[in-house]
Amino acid sequence: MARMKFLCDTERCIECNGCVTACNNENNVPWGINRRHVVTLGDGRRGEKSVSVACMHCTDAPCAAVCPVDCFYTTEDGIVLHDKDLCIGCGYCFYACPFGAPQYPQQEAFGVRGKMDKCTFCAGGPLPDNSKEEFLKYGRNRIAEGKLPLCAEMCATKALLAGDGTVVSEIYRKRVMKRGGRPDALGWQTAYPAEK
Amino acid sequence: MKRYWSIGMAIFTAAWLIAGWTGEAVCGSDAPSPGINRRADFWRGVREGEAGTTTSASEGHKVLIQNGGQNWRQIRNGPIAGAAPWLLSAVVFAIGVFFVLVGRDRLEEPRSGVAIPRFSLFERILHWFTASLFILLALTGLSMLFGRAVLIPAFGLGAFAAYMQAGLLVHNFSGPLFFAGVLVEAITWAKENIPKRMDLVWFKNLGGMVGKGPRPHAGRVNGGEKVWFWFMLTAGLVSGVTGLVLDFPIFGQSRLTMQIAHVIHASMGILFLAASFGHIYIGTIGAEGTFEGMWRGKVDKVWAKQHNDLWYEQKAKELHLGTN
Repeated sequence: MARMKFLCDTERCIECNGCVTACNNENNVPWGINRRHVVTLGDGRRGEKSVSVACMHCTDAPCAAVCPVDCFYTTEDGIVLHDKDLCIGCGYCFYACPFGAPQYPQQEAFGVRGKMDKCTFCAGGPLPDNSKEEFLKYGRNRIAEGKLPLCAEMCATKALLAGDGTVVSEIYRKRVMKRGGRPDALGWQTAYPAEK
Repeated sequence: MKRYWSIGMAIFTAAWLIAGWTGEAVCGSDAPSPGINRRADFWRGVREGEAGTTTSASEGHKVLIQNGGQNWRQIRNGPIAGAAPWLLSAVVFAIGVFFVLVGRDRLEEPRSGVAIPRFSLFERILHWFTASLFILLALTGLSMLFGRAVLIPAFGLGAFAAYMQAGLLVHNFSGPLFFAGVLVEAITWAKENIPKRMDLVWFKNLGGMVGKGPRPHAGRVNGGEKVWFWFMLTAGLVSGVTGLVLDFPIFGQSRLTMQIAHVIHASMGILFLAASFGHIYIGTIGAEGTFEGMWRGKVDKVWAKQHNDLWYEQKAKELHLGTN
């Protein structure tokens, strides 16, 4: 069984935000919600680096650990999804997530946030695969169609890789071997600590 | 004046020197070093949660990996969720032991039938307004922390989520009202709760509840009630302010601020609840004749003499009850 992971190659990401646009369009993400975002450190300085981040679908997901209503679940492919019919919009997953993945449609007085929304690895949610309800609540279910997340599929420089962890890391390893330097899969230590 | 000036200058100079020296030691000098490793700088920046540039306007999105989240998770799911059940049950157990060993604090004389007004209608409405909100907040707050472990196995995911959705709203709306209630209580009762020397004697005699010692003197409010009042006010302020930080995420407060506010809020809430058990016990079954003071607003003369003798004397004069 595959273990789905994201990997962003910091030597290749050019901060074009194509992944963000692809995600927003494919999943019909509402305004104000950023399932994926690109961060640049040292912007404008020599050696600046950009990384595209979204939910990393952690092995021991902090969001799932703190959720008061236990609305998260991990699929057979290691994708962390949540049930919006259970979510109460308390904000705890947003406090806990290392990558800033959980987003809310509202952020209003008296803690009114609405149902949490986050990257689904283009795998929809608990509703029937590719049903209209699933699309409206969670976005496209490309995994059920045998496709990979669109953000990575559309990445112009192939900086963002999505897929089975062993395949993705093998592609990245070969790149590092060719160009030199150390491999540094951003966020992997946080999201997938020493799997036994 | 001149002396203060020179002392001030000396402190300033020392602070400046120390700051300059440590700054140099930690950050290194400004001169460019030839072997600078920009790659290492990048990963250090990621590790330390350095804020970068992004087009996303969402809170916290400038940071690639925030470390506060794991700390918050470990504190909430660890010490807070771990200690709270023990603390709460220990307090209930201690009250139970006290009840079995010492028993109720009964009226020492038969009821006289003479009623003395103790709490005005306004005071009682204020008390029960705050108290009922407190109970709502405690139940919904405990559900947020323990519902997943206790209620989901019993009622299922769907039913609990529906209850918790309503519970969260109740918690978020009654919180500010409760805080307002606490503030009005503070204004109403602060003056008579100022500690006095005789309160020490009250504690030395354990309020006259334990043993056969003489009843200590007390005005309208005794030492124990004063301690509860000031604790209630502190806990109310702390949980109130941190609660507002969490309840109104519209002022641009950071994720870290909310993590810290939540840890303080949850810990204070648990302490508040634990202490309230003592207050509820002594106000209901713990001391005979106390509850009617806050419910009907009047207490028996015998109760007044027994628990708040100085206040009774003053009241007796006002109401022309005679000396006995």
